[in-house]
Amino acid sequence: MPDYSIPVPRYWRRIGEYYRLEASRCLKCGKVYYPPRARCSCGSTSLEKISLLDGNFILREFTVLHSVPVDFEKQKPIIHGIVENVNMNIRLITQISDVLDISKLHKDIPVEPIFRVVKRDGNIGIICYGTKFRPKSIEGV
Amino acid sequence: MSFGISGWGCYIPRYRITTREIARVWGDDPLRIRDLYLIEEKTVENYDEDAVTMAVEASRRAIVRAGISPKDIDAILVGTESKPYAVKPIASILIDALGARYNVQAVDSEFACKAASDMMILAYLSVREGKYSNVLVVATDASQGEPGEHLDYSASAGAAAFIISRNDVCAVIEDFYSYCSDTPDFWRRDGCLFPVHGEGFTGEPAYFRHIISAARGLMEKMGLKPSDFDYVIIHQPNARFPVRAASILGFPIEKVKPGLVVDRIGNTYNASALLGLVNVLDIAKPGSRILLVTYGSGAGSNAFSIYVTDKIEERRGRVETLQEMLKMKIYVDYSLYSRFRKLIKMLQ
Repeated sequence: MPDYSIPVPRYWRRIGEYYRLEASRCLKCGKVYYPPRARCSCGSTSLEKISLLDGNFILREFTVLHSVPVDFEKQKPIIHGIVENVNMNIRLITQISDVLDISKLHKDIPVEPIFRVVKRDGNIGIICYGTKFRPKSIEGV
Repeated sequence: MSFGISGWGCYIPRYRITTREIARVWGDDPLRIRDLYLIEEKTVENYDEDAVTMAVEASRRAIVRAGISPKDIDAILVGTESKPYAVKPIASILIDALGARYNVQAVDSEFACKAASDMMILAYLSVREGKYSNVLVVATDASQGEPGEHLDYSASAGAAAFIISRNDVCAVIEDFYSYCSDTPDFWRRDGCLFPVHGEGFTGEPAYFRHIISAARGLMEKMGLKPSDFDYVIIHQPNARFPVRAASILGFPIEKVKPGLVVDRIGNTYNASALLGLVNVLDIAKPGSRILLVTYGSGAGSNAFSIYVTDKIEERRGRVETLQEMLKMKIYVDYSLYSRFRKLIKMLQ
C-alpha cells in the first residue's frame, strides 16, 4: 500500500511496487516479499523481481476508515484490506475500491487488482497512481 | 504479408447512471431525453478513476489477448481529450504500469474523439514499413459535460486498446481513408472546465459530412460497396447519429447494431467507435469485413476497412468481453455521480 505521506522522489522510486505489485522472491528458499527486500530472512541476497498481479486473490480481512488523512477527505470512507495472493502464499495491505454498500462487503471473497488513483496532491501537485483491489463480483456491493 | 490488430481489450467503469435519473434532477422529460439520444444509461468513473487508470486496464487486457509480453511493444500511442495532466503524458505512465521497455516511442495525441484512430493509422504504417513489430494504441477518455446540458446525458468514461502488429494478425487493416476540415462544431478553450457546441454545426456540416465523405472515399478507393461489409461501426455521440449515417451510406440496421454500444455506455469520446469495434471483434466470424468510421470534432473522420482472419477465434476467452463488463454494473444517483465526477466545487 502506498505510503500516504511520502514526497515525489520517494514515490517515484517505488513505482514498480505500486504500479505492478513488484515483489522480490528469494532464489535460494523461494520466499516472496512485498514490499520487495534486498535480503531474505534465510540470509541470501540473491532475489529476483516478480509481479504479483497475475495470481488469484482473496480478501482476508478489512476495516473501514471514516477519519482519514487530509489528502483522502473527498474519498472517505476508505476500506483497507488484507489481501492474500493464494498462488504465492503472500498477504498485502491494500485499499479496496468500487464498493458502494460497505455493509454488504464480506471477507474471504475473491478480489482482483485494479490500477487506480491513490491520491491527488491538491490542485497543482502530482497524481499518485497505484494498485488497489476490488471485488471480482458485484454481488452485494 | 498482412498487418493489423493482433489483440484488443477494453475497460469501462462499474458505476452507471441512467438518463432518467439525470432528467429527474434537471427537470427534463426523461422520455424526450431518451428519444433525443437513445441512451438508457452511461458509465461513471469512480473518484479514483481517470483516463490514465482506464488506459492501463484496457492495455493490460489487449496485451494478454495478443499473447505478447509488454517487453515486445515498440511504441505506445495514446489518443485522448481528457488527460488528467495538461502537461505530462499518459503514454509514459503506461510504460511503467505495463512493464514495457524504456526504449520505446511514447506519445499522447489530441484531435477531439478522433486522435486514437489517427494513432491506429500511424501504428499500421509503422508496422507495414517494418519499423516496429508491435504498437500499442490506446483510446481513453473520461470527458466533461456541463451539468444539465446535452453532454451531461451522454459524456461518459471508457477505454479501448489495440495491439497493431506485423505477425499473428487476427483483424487485417486493409486500407484507410481520412477526411478533415476546419469546422467549428465543438471545442473547449484552454483552462475551461466544459466544452461547448457550435450548435448549427454539430450535425450536417460536421458529423455527417466528414463521416459520409471518409466512408465513401474509402469504398471508392477500394472498389467496395456496403454489401461487401458485414459490420459498420460509426462514431457514436448518441445512438441516433450513427444509425442515420449508416442509413445514408446504404447499410441496413442489422449491420449497425453489433457495433452500437452508446445506448448502454454513453459517449466515451476517443473510445466511442473503438468500443464498438471491440464488441464486434468479440463476436465476428473469420472472413467478416468491418467498416469502421471514427469522428473527431474540429473536424475529421478516419475510415478503415478491417478483415477478420481465422486467428480471431484463438484470441477469445483470454480476457473478459465488453458484454461481460456491461453486466457488471452498479447504479449511482446524481449526488454520487456529481461527487465521483468532481462536479462539486468548493467556493473557498
